[in-house]
Amino acid sequence: MPSRPELRAPPEFFYNEEEARKYTTSSRIIEIQGKLTERALELLALPDDGVPRFLLDIGCGSGLSGETLSEKEHHWIGLDISKSMLDVALEREVDGDLLLADMGQGLALRPGVIDGAISISAIQWLCNADKSSNEPRLRLKCLTRGARAVLQLYPENEAQLEMITASAMRSGFAGGVVVDFPHSTRAKKYFLVLTCGPPSLSSALPKAKTEDGESCSDDSDSDEENKTVSISDRRRPRKKQKVNKKGKGREWVVKKKEQMRKKGHSVPPDTKYTARKRKAHF
Amino acid sequence: MRLLTHNMLSSNIKGVTNGFPLRLQVEKSVEKEVDLNPDFLKNIFPKIEWKALVDASRALGYPELPDEAEPSMLDSHDFLKKFHHALLELHVEEGALICPETGRNFPISKGIPNMLLHEDEV
Repeated sequence: MPSRPELRAPPEFFYNEEEARKYTTSSRIIEIQGKLTERALELLALPDDGVPRFLLDIGCGSGLSGETLSEKEHHWIGLDISKSMLDVALEREVDGDLLLADMGQGLALRPGVIDGAISISAIQWLCNADKSSNEPRLRLKCLTRGARAVLQLYPENEAQLEMITASAMRSGFAGGVVVDFPHSTRAKKYFLVLTCGPPSLSSALPKAKTEDGESCSDDSDSDEENKTVSISDRRRPRKKQKVNKKGKGREWVVKKKEQMRKKGHSVPPDTKYTARKRKAHF
Repeated sequence: MRLLTHNMLSSNIKGVTNGFPLRLQVEKSVEKEVDLNPDFLKNIFPKIEWKALVDASRALGYPELPDEAEPSMLDSHDFLKKFHHALLELHVEEGALICPETGRNFPISKGIPNMLLHEDEV
């Protein structure tokens, strides 16, 4: 069984009632989700004037991340494809509105209404094209100009991360990847920060977080590159084995038989039939 | 589902050019009290399609909103209160959203609209 949940089944089936409940009762997940949401909010860099904003939570699940948004008094809409997850969210009486929708199908919202979008650990689900119609692409047309989207994700490998970033750029977003804790495998978190409209001063990419609290955006970049190199090394194609159509030939067979005789095995004598080709039957 | 969300939703079926506003069909609605925050309301006001909000609130049986609204009206506490009530306190529990162009029905159950599209609508 693959360890990554998105490899097991599409999200609308994987998060059935049991999984949804498990997910929401795990205190560890609650804590992580809360922290990630806080960090994502930080990266969203909303103006700090105490005014509640109107945010979108893509892949809200049972509303764990929405809870953090509500604490900050933001209004939010959450969308998720798993009905069971949303049912749990209803039970928990989250403050935001919920939508049953597939983020892969584009968002059913008017353009230019959302102040910012976050998505915690959800985008990687898009990369598995379980159905032929699923197109792993981000579509967030409804962001207002200069609004930001912060998408936290667990990419499976470098290639996946690259594909996601590239398709975001193709769809007309400026932005990039911020890697928190780049030196630790477990704590490492990828945030895709996207900005709508032309890049401006305010849309400069925020710095990544490290263990000692200092920001080191450049460092993580070089780290990324190193990693890419090492992976491409590992992917060197295997040496091709020589395959001769005619087979290895009589000479080779006779040599092998001689070797086996020397070892004391009983080997049939060499005759004119040795290593002769069989008749072509059908 | 609050009317705030209804005001943002549009039909994204392939080929639909004007999927807004979705017609609201109400079977059951509830009211939940929320704290009034004037800053938020002032911030969200320019993004609201006023006519759609008025129509939706009337469908829910709340006729208090004026037909037209101007940003200057936001200073009146009375107006803010009505706006706040319509936008954030009225919830549609059961019903449906209907695409204005294709007539496609998006059912709302337990306050959650089902916006999932079929394969051929993407």
